[in-house]
Amino acid sequence: MLLLLAILVGVLYGAAVYLLLRRNIFKLILGLIFLGHATNMLIFVAGGLTSGRPAFLRGVQDETIGMSDPLPQALILTAIVIGLGVTAFALTLVYRFYKVTKTVDFDELSENE
Amino acid sequence: MSTGLFLLVLLLVAAIAPFARKYLGNYAGWVYAIWPFTGFLYYLSLLPAVNEGLIITESFEWMPALGIEFSFYVDGFSMLFSLLVLGIGTFILVYAGYYMRPYPMKGRFLGYLLLFMTAMQGIVVSGNLITMFVFWELTSVSSYLLIGYWHEKPEARASALQALLITGFGGLALLGGFVLLAIPYGTYDLAYILSEPDIIKDSNLYLPALILILLGAFTKSAQFPFHFWLPGAMTAPSPVSAYLHSATMVKAGVFVLARFNPVLGGTEVWTYTLTIVGVTTMFVGAWISITQVDLKKILAYTTVSALGTLVLLIGTGTEYAINAAIIFLLVHALYKGTLFMMAGNIEKKTGTRDIRELGGLFKYMPFAAVVMIMALVSMAGVPPMLGFLGKELIYEASAAAPKAFWIILPLGFMTNVIMVFLSLRLAIDIFWGKEPKYGKIPAEPSLPLILGPFFLVLVSFVLGLFPSTMANPLTSKAITAISPLHDAMVLKLWHGFNLVLALSAFTLLSGYLMFRFRHTLLLSVDKVNIRYFRKEFTRYFFSMIDNFLVFTKLKTKTLQHGYHRFYLMTLFIFASILVWVMIWRADPIMLELNFSDMPLNLIAVVILIIAATLSAVVSSSRIIALISMGVIGFGITIIFIAYSGVDLAITMIMVETLLVILAMTVVYHLPTYKNFSSTGARMRDALVATLVGTFFMVLVLQAGTSSLETPISEYFKETSYSVAYGRNIVNVILVDYRALDTLGEITVISIAALGIYAMMKLGKK
Amino acid sequence: MESIILQIAARHMRPLLIGLSLIVLYRGHNEPGGGFIGGLMFGAAYILYAMAFGVDRTQKSIFFNPINLTAVGLFIALISGMPALLLGDSFMTGEWYTFFQGTLMELKLGTPLLFDVGVYLTVAGMLMLVMFSLMEE
Repeated sequence: MLLLLAILVGVLYGAAVYLLLRRNIFKLILGLIFLGHATNMLIFVAGGLTSGRPAFLRGVQDETIGMSDPLPQALILTAIVIGLGVTAFALTLVYRFYKVTKTVDFDELSENE
Repeated sequence: MSTGLFLLVLLLVAAIAPFARKYLGNYAGWVYAIWPFTGFLYYLSLLPAVNEGLIITESFEWMPALGIEFSFYVDGFSMLFSLLVLGIGTFILVYAGYYMRPYPMKGRFLGYLLLFMTAMQGIVVSGNLITMFVFWELTSVSSYLLIGYWHEKPEARASALQALLITGFGGLALLGGFVLLAIPYGTYDLAYILSEPDIIKDSNLYLPALILILLGAFTKSAQFPFHFWLPGAMTAPSPVSAYLHSATMVKAGVFVLARFNPVLGGTEVWTYTLTIVGVTTMFVGAWISITQVDLKKILAYTTVSALGTLVLLIGTGTEYAINAAIIFLLVHALYKGTLFMMAGNIEKKTGTRDIRELGGLFKYMPFAAVVMIMALVSMAGVPPMLGFLGKELIYEASAAAPKAFWIILPLGFMTNVIMVFLSLRLAIDIFWGKEPKYGKIPAEPSLPLILGPFFLVLVSFVLGLFPSTMANPLTSKAITAISPLHDAMVLKLWHGFNLVLALSAFTLLSGYLMFRFRHTLLLSVDKVNIRYFRKEFTRYFFSMIDNFLVFTKLKTKTLQHGYHRFYLMTLFIFASILVWVMIWRADPIMLELNFSDMPLNLIAVVILIIAATLSAVVSSSRIIALISMGVIGFGITIIFIAYSGVDLAITMIMVETLLVILAMTVVYHLPTYKNFSSTGARMRDALVATLVGTFFMVLVLQAGTSSLETPISEYFKETSYSVAYGRNIVNVILVDYRALDTLGEITVISIAALGIYAMMKLGKK
Repeated sequence: MESIILQIAARHMRPLLIGLSLIVLYRGHNEPGGGFIGGLMFGAAYILYAMAFGVDRTQKSIFFNPINLTAVGLFIALISGMPALLLGDSFMTGEWYTFFQGTLMELKLGTPLLFDVGVYLTVAGMLMLVMFSLMEE
């Protein structure tokens, strides 16, 4: 399964890079979202895959061996919410960008300067 | 009182000087001079103790982790310099307080002068290389402010910038040199470095450290070929020229050379470099000064010459040479300070500094004339002024120089002849000579303007008359401090009839002859100069700066082209190449292809995500792209659930839903996709994307197959319930173990939200 | 765009979602849930409402302002670190107090719970602020 998920992470990163290199500013935002997904998956997969054993303690004394690693999960949880904030900000920026410049083409912006 | 405290108060005086002047009026110069004068008396009172061998050290913690302290080290050499800096500084402040009266912002000017004084005094008493460097840079900065004081004049700004660039460049070199010097010692502490001179000489860092330190010293002390900034700096007001550009700041380079003479000196490289540079500077400075007509320019070039002499003497390094260096340092500071102040006085009273337009001033200002002529006598090296002793020692040193005396002696002789000639010329042409028409009748300068020159000349005279009782105590410890192997020689006015005396007499005679036939001589020197030395260093310097700016503009345009995607592409390509190289060199990955741990449903989900990704990338419809994004988000949610990320999955569902709604509201306002890129560009980008994607894939495989158990998670698991009373470990990490991070995070999202709010509200207007 | 079905759903879903978000917040320490998820749910309740009735009506129907909600949340999160300072521990150390000790209703409350409430309010406020700003256009 690791191989499959590794391929998935690779595809997500590839898509992110490809979209980040586009001239359309909206695709740039899509690339940013992909980058977030890819990184979350990277941390998640690299942190070790444990199926069916979430990081909850059932009692005061509980066997912790075989339990999934809570730290990457905490990191990703934070990253997801921050990702939402950043993406929302970027989307708004794109929206305002378009309202002001009347273009979604980055190159046009560079040449006008 | 302590050295550190003294400097601190001096800095405070500098800080309040611009504001306090309003209340002090014309007495400001006198009042501000009180504190430097106190310092002067303080160091003078320490002189007997220092002559007994006392070395004062003080230290204040600054950056202990880096071994950097604010520490002070006062020995005989620092003492001599302190007395010069503070003594001359006292008179300069009085002089400047009066001199600057007609000009605006004189309070600020005095503040700059005091700031400079703090910096210069700081250099000479520093006990730590970094402290010394900090003060060194401060002299460059304050010098920039002072040279550019009349900032409405473009040439003042240009020469201030020139001085700053050259000395600033030197300052950086010096810092590099100090850092290299400190490496073998493991400390920046000056006292320790001075006590162990062999450590650096045995180290292979000796040569680089030496070159850098010499660069710093040569630029500061206006050595050839960096000499041109000093005459340029003559656009500064006269108090600045008198203080910074003759008596103190330009001597900072000489100070560093002399200070590190015990550590760095004595090697072949040192001797040859200093001798060649010094002798060249000495002669070039003197030669150029012959044909100058601006009084201050003449003095500036003779200063360059004198600085060259000092470097030459330090480089020669014999007992005579070191003695000569210290005595000449004192001699020069005393007479050149006087001459610059007098130049300012003459300009003030007559309105010009051009010696062709000056003459017959003796009858208008006899007292000032006597003072200036005495200084010129010292410059010419005529007894009984201290200058005579200086020149005698230089001759002795040159004649006894172990290397290349046959070039040093003739050039030294010619330089001194030129000095005699200039002294005669300045004295006779200005004070007698043909009297031009003055706009207003010149008068004797007022007391504050003449006080400094008078006292300095007096000191020079007294020291010259009583060398063994007065000059010796002042300089003997300075000599042994910079050259521990040598002794201070007993100074005598009368040496008996010997070669040196004959040389002195011959110098005077030649100087007189030069003066006698000056009209023909000046013409021929001019001819030679026009023929061979027409190049102006200043112009070279500025064209170099211009070319540099053109180059940087070109470079910036090439690298900072303004296309975000090419920045990113550069970043991606280099990063992935670097990581690929690392992966290549790492152990091969042992991958077991085991289909039993691949549930069919998860395989389907992964395939679905990949398909959705491709569709989001290539789709020509924004709506399809967004729907694909949603599919990807929920697909990832399923993977989270499958591998025990319950909280993650819930959060992801919420966030994905909201994100799609959010993106929809924005997309609604944007135009539809257009094809901006050519097929070639797409292929190229796809290649870069593949490169990055595959390397992340390999990275995941590497991380997944190498087992590094993280002990911190074990700690969380064990203490989550027993200490933090929570069974949901992920949540406990968020709100307890790493609560500070979470606090930072919610702050970030709040700021993002406020930013969005602001952007939308701004758009409404 | 006025949809009766959506409006009815939103009207009834809002209190339900808010209640659910509070439950999720409370149980987050031991079971799946917590401030982030709760906050998102709380925000979602109002976003649903705003989609059905429009932003203006939604804002009129609430007695608080999303900016203030965010600010209060941040403030609560910040002060939850203070008791530790008063007790001589480093900032943000969890401090716990047990109520009704020994009885059946034994209840442990601590600053991490307070912190979670701060996160909850901040996330909810931020979400509402963003969505309302964008949906107003």
